[in-house]
Amino acid sequence: MKLTTHHSPLTTDLSVNIAGIKMKNPVMCGSGTFAFGEEYAEFFDLKEMGAIVTKTITLKPRKGNPPPRIKETYSGMLNCIGLQNPGTEAFIRDKMPVLRKPGIPIIVSIGGETEQEYTDITRELKGVRGVSGIELNISCPNLHPHLSPLPSRERKEKERLRMFAQDEKAAAGVVRRVRRITRLPLIVKLSPNVTDIKIIARAVERAGADAVSLINTPLGMAINLEKRTPCLSNTTGGLSGPAIKPIALRMVREVYNTVRIPIIGMGGIMDARDALEFMVCGAKAVAVGTANFVNPRAIPEIIDGIRKYMVENRIKKIGLLVGSLKAK
Amino acid sequence: MVKTEKCRIIENKKVGPDFYRLKIIAPLIAIKARPGQFVHIRCSGPAGILLRRPFSIHKINNANVSAYQRINVSAQKQGWIEIFYKTVGKGTEALARKKPGEIINVIGPLGNGFSIPRKINSAILVAGGMGVAPLLLLAEELQKSNCKLQKLNLNPSSSIQHPGSRIIVLIGAKTKKELLCENEFKNLGCTVKVSTDDGSKGYKGLVTGLLENVVRRTSYVIRKNKRSTVYACGPKAMLREVSRIAAKHKIPCQVSLEEDMACGIGACYGCPVNTKQGYKLVCKDGPVFNAGEIV
Ligand SMILES: Cc1cc2nc3c(=O)[nH]c(=O)nc-3n(C[C@H](O)[C@H](O)[C@H](O)COP(=O)(O)OP(=O)(O)OC[C@H]3O[C@@H](n4cnc5c(N)ncnc54)[C@H](O)[C@@H]3O)c2cc1C
Ligand SMILES: Cc1cc2nc3c(=O)[nH]c(=O)nc-3n(C[C@H](O)[C@H](O)[C@H](O)COP(=O)(O)O)c2cc1C
Ligand code: FES
Repeated sequence: MKLTTHHSPLTTDLSVNIAGIKMKNPVMCGSGTFAFGEEYAEFFDLKEMGAIVTKTITLKPRKGNPPPRIKETYSGMLNCIGLQNPGTEAFIRDKMPVLRKPGIPIIVSIGGETEQEYTDITRELKGVRGVSGIELNISCPNLHPHLSPLPSRERKEKERLRMFAQDEKAAAGVVRRVRRITRLPLIVKLSPNVTDIKIIARAVERAGADAVSLINTPLGMAINLEKRTPCLSNTTGGLSGPAIKPIALRMVREVYNTVRIPIIGMGGIMDARDALEFMVCGAKAVAVGTANFVNPRAIPEIIDGIRKYMVENRIKKIGLLVGSLKAK
Repeated sequence: MVKTEKCRIIENKKVGPDFYRLKIIAPLIAIKARPGQFVHIRCSGPAGILLRRPFSIHKINNANVSAYQRINVSAQKQGWIEIFYKTVGKGTEALARKKPGEIINVIGPLGNGFSIPRKINSAILVAGGMGVAPLLLLAEELQKSNCKLQKLNLNPSSSIQHPGSRIIVLIGAKTKKELLCENEFKNLGCTVKVSTDDGSKGYKGLVTGLLENVVRRTSYVIRKNKRSTVYACGPKAMLREVSRIAAKHKIPCQVSLEEDMACGIGACYGCPVNTKQGYKLVCKDGPVFNAGEIV
């Protein structure tokens, strides 16, 4: 029998290594769109995923913002969840045992309002079995009330707590402090709400980040004209879904041209073609967010689609695609 | 792992000014669904509306139950569900344009439905507007549990004469034209009373006023047994008032809530409701809650 090697799926290698995290394929979930995995286990075998990224956890439990927290917009959605999560202690006790079951890499996303909070969580995660890496969410747009008419003292207080990812010194500062106390692979999640994302990417690379993931959600707003009120309880929210894909692709490309560390690309990935476009722009791995809500089987379908594309285009190793964008 | 179905539309019929009934083949959902649960539907293709839309399960036909054993094998696999919806925006309008034979993508059954206490012997169902949707299936289920009780309870001195009179359904709407499902409930044997805001039919005023009247008049039955429950679905303000009335008369009360949803399965934390134990999720912990829990 003749062996048609380039058509055999056996020779199609989807595996990637992100800063020491070995993934059998480059597809993970976007933090906050997959909770802690249990819900999606009803729709597919989580073993199929490259890695799982948890909802961002904070040191203490967070209640999150009041409803309404979501609003659909053209080809996208706004959310102002406000990092509702059970806190680090309950996460380790209640969620980690379930997360470990599928045996895939677990990336724990952590968030905080101060540097201290990030280092405290990192310390608590030390030695917890099954944690493969930490993603520093320094780009959550929903921690603080924006534009809302708060009393002036409270407002000043809140404004002092800016988003780390919007300031190169603040971003580098928190990364450096966490870097000092952990050997776990450190991924830093960047915000698109900046003038120049390259500056922030370079700053976190120098501060010791092992990888960057981008983009978190750009801030947006929706209006209820009848009531002349914002649609969301927090006035503003993060925009996600296909609407942001062009921005995300552009930013992935810019960052790819700027840093050496690997990039996890995300923003509006709905199918395998979207995922592949991110890889061509320079993403070594991709994360699927809003698509999970639309199609709970989006992740396994995207993995299958990537494999099919590789077979059809005779690409043996997924790495060969990364950054392969040609000049026009 | 059987929660997503590609469902063929059997019927998508306009039944009122903005009201439609959608019947789809969904054997896997039909076999599992409980009253009060919902399905999450993609109302248009990838280029259209992004998120799914939630709809209560209104009717189920399970071709698999033993009563249908005589139906041929292919029909057995054709269990269907029906949803009853009102066009209010892009999603529901796109859904209304779908034709029989087309395939739609449906996840379900989702959420926790109504619970029927084992010893229940009477119930008051309160529906405001589209709130009738989940309550019809509930009435059907209650009727079944009621039938069982009826057999045990053939005492002629029983204060309740009719099996149907044990389920009182109160339906409220703005006008006569928007009163929904009156006949469906009557056909099940329920006692139906209606209210309209403009008095064009039945009690003039809010359905909660009607509830107040009914509870006052029937509460001797309810108090005597303590085996009644109020079930309600409708606008937020109505549910608040129903909860208050039920609490005042010490009747257990379950309400079905609505909140805009993204995932529908508890993964995005987009649909919170404030309860005495903090935020819960309407899609996963609800949509049905004990009225006493809600803040
Ligand atoms: C658990 C659950 C069960 C439901 N069951 C039914 C049902 O059986 N039949 C039915 O007709 N509808 C039901 N709904 C409401 C239905 O989901 C909304 O009407 C639908 O999502 C509107 O989508 P749209 O794109 O047409 O409107 P949009 O363009 O999204 O909105 C148009 C208008 O409808 C309002 N609206 C949007 N979503 C909701 C909502 N979830 N609840 C109330 N108002 C809303 C908006 O405020 C806006 O004014 C249910 C909702 C939930 C959460
Ligand atoms: C409902 C929702 C909740 C999110 N929560 C988080 C979060 O907790 N932490 C985080 O880093 N990103 C969070 N994100 C951002 C996503 O991980 C992702 O960066 C963004 O949505 C873009 O990808 P997408 O268009 O594929 O959704 C959230 C996004 C959504 C839609
Ligand atoms: S809709 Fe996502 S948690 Fe309820």
